Amino acid sequence: MTRRLLFLLPIVVFSALVGFCALRLILVAHGHTPDLIPSVLVNHPAPAFDLPPLLADTPGLRTDDLKGKVTILNFFASTCVPCRAEHPLLAGLKGDGVTLAGIPYKNRSTDAASWLENAGDPYDAIGVDADSRTAIDFGVYGVPETYVIDRRGTIRFKQTGPLTPELIRQRLEPLIKELKK
Amino acid sequence: MKRLFFIFLFMLALPAPAFAIQPDEVLSDPALEARARAIGQELRCLVCQNQSIDDSDAELAHDLRLVVRARLKAGDSDAQVKHYIVARYGDYVLLKPPFKPETYILWLGPLALLLAAILGVVFFYCRRGVS
Repeated sequence: MTRRLLFLLPIVVFSALVGFCALRLILVAHGHTPDLIPSVLVNHPAPAFDLPPLLADTPGLRTDDLKGKVTILNFFASTCVPCRAEHPLLAGLKGDGVTLAGIPYKNRSTDAASWLENAGDPYDAIGVDADSRTAIDFGVYGVPETYVIDRRGTIRFKQTGPLTPELIRQRLEPLIKELKK
Repeated sequence: MKRLFFIFLFMLALPAPAFAIQPDEVLSDPALEARARAIGQELRCLVCQNQSIDDSDAELAHDLRLVVRARLKAGDSDAQVKHYIVARYGDYVLLKPPFKPETYILWLGPLALLLAAILGVVFFYCRRGVS
């Protein structure tokens, strides 16, 4: 009898494997995708930076500016299509005690400036990261990437890829509400 | 003889290893540059993901090569340079995953499977020997 059952063992193991793979696929279909590359910086202090302004009427960005308010930091580029897709959503994130900051990534300043002139500038502050060192310090490897930084200057959330209305409703808004308390 | 000659010609035609490193990135100190190359071979370009930063033409790879060289010039050890990059991009940036509790299955799993298979075979033949 036990030998009969042993004979079934490979089939059982294989079925378990298929089940596991199916479960992962179903989770992905429901939007539970694990971050492509998880950020090691979540729950760590934001790196130090001091970036000059991009535009005449929007200030630059320094680490000290993060203190005392919730900051949403958005790396973007005029050349990036997903950035253009999420652009209309950014203004809605600003609010009482929430600063929206932007850093153009691998984007000529003239290109970034003229794009914001046309599409609208939702940012409270924009810093020019000419040598991309601040982006590297944040672990940026593409655009758009968005970070939520709490009042003490600790990174609390990272989104790789564009923001969507669902993501804002399900993840960002509850987090920002909690951080503002 | 003629064949040997052609083999020799083909050997001459073997390309030198192609790196994406630009001439203006190369450090003037050959010892430091050699260390930078060794480190660069171990770091993943996160844009192309299966190339090292030395092999990749991506802008991020270029930036990371410059960071590696700047850290070496500042006097960092090889381990410190790698730690600097890992602190920003995570273990994923290393082409060879580190040996730690999260990766025990990865490193020891194949060995465990092999052991289980050997035990299974031994068990099977011992039983057969007895009967």
